[in-house]
Amino acid sequence: MRITQGTFSFLPDLTDEQVAKQVGYALSQGWAVSLEHTDDPHPRNVYWEMWGLPMFDLKDAAGLMTELRECRKVFGDRYIKVNAFDSTLGFETMRMSFIVNRPVKEPSFTLRRADGPGRNVRYELETRRG
Amino acid sequence: MTDTRVVETVDLQALLRESRVADVLDELDRDLIGLKPVKTRIREIASLLVVEKAREALGVAGAPLSLHMCFTGNPGTGKTTVAMRMAEILHRLGHVRKGHLVAVTRDDLVGQYIGHTAPKTKEVLKKAMGGVLFIDEAYYLYRPENERDYGQEAIEILMQVMENQRDDLVVILAGYKSRMDRFFESNPGMASRVAHHIDFPDYSDGELLQIAGRMVAGLGLRLSPDAARALGEYVALRRRQPNFANARSVRNALDRARLRQARRLIEAADIRASRVFGSAGTDAPVKEAAC
Repeated sequence: MRITQGTFSFLPDLTDEQVAKQVGYALSQGWAVSLEHTDDPHPRNVYWEMWGLPMFDLKDAAGLMTELRECRKVFGDRYIKVNAFDSTLGFETMRMSFIVNRPVKEPSFTLRRADGPGRNVRYELETRRG
Repeated sequence: MTDTRVVETVDLQALLRESRVADVLDELDRDLIGLKPVKTRIREIASLLVVEKAREALGVAGAPLSLHMCFTGNPGTGKTTVAMRMAEILHRLGHVRKGHLVAVTRDDLVGQYIGHTAPKTKEVLKKAMGGVLFIDEAYYLYRPENERDYGQEAIEILMQVMENQRDDLVVILAGYKSRMDRFFESNPGMASRVAHHIDFPDYSDGELLQIAGRMVAGLGLRLSPDAARALGEYVALRRRQPNFANARSVRNALDRARLRQARRLIEAADIRASRVFGSAGTDAPVKEAAC
């Protein structure tokens, strides 16, 4: 199942050139970019693992692209996303976040129904691998 | 054979005007005193880049240029200043995308423990991408007396990026001539990756005085004839002393003279905003140089 999370996720995957341009835009806005990766794209899994530190003081997208190549070498079979953090007062949050790498075989999700106390019905989503 | 070229001729002059590089070169001529060989070399590099651009427009594929440079010269001969200008020139010619200068020394590249160097060096390289990386006193990276020095690791990473990402950044190494030569002797890989060696000559006394004039003017002051004469004597004397650092020595002398001028003005209670820098040579640091 194709995961749709973050910006551009309903578009076809961005090429490296397009990623570099988007990163260039983020940098021109003064946002700090960083890379994160995970093997569990569950919507509630908000803590992806960081690939190195956020790249502060970066001027050109080439720096991030170098790291992305490195990251793909190690975690080519995981989801990798680029985050752009805006530190200006009032925002202090991610302004942009998009997936730049997906595993060949993406996991799907199982919707499970569970009976709770007082015949309440709860639904939970579980990542199904393999 | 089919010829798909659309453009047959390219107006080099137009290209030159378009890149506005002439302004930077003129500025360089105007702002920097002396440094004849340096300016000639920069003109050559600028011309080469314009010609390459023209060739590209004509559809002649040239090999990607390697513009890594080595600036050698005594302290205070303007290596950093020229590096800054270089970033600007390369940016205008479209060789680097952003045109910023990241100036580092050994401390910024080499780590303190195993596994610390690589991330540190890569961090710096990433910041410099799209611009110019200026490594001051680059020979400190290599310490032959310590086999396990982490400097070697930094050099290797540096070389790799210099080779593979030539269009992402330009590296400028700087330092004293003799030590830089020794550095290249012990790192042949580095020597072969640095194509342009530019030697910065020492300034003559006359040039140093001109520089002093510029510095003083930059402070909104001017030298009285006496002060100028005293400064001339000072420069001649200071040159013979150890640790003479060309323009930097002049700057320091001027800074000390400003201190003394301030004291003199306060003591004389003469705060008429006199714009004369040093009257009757009282502020000139000749005595200091002699001791």
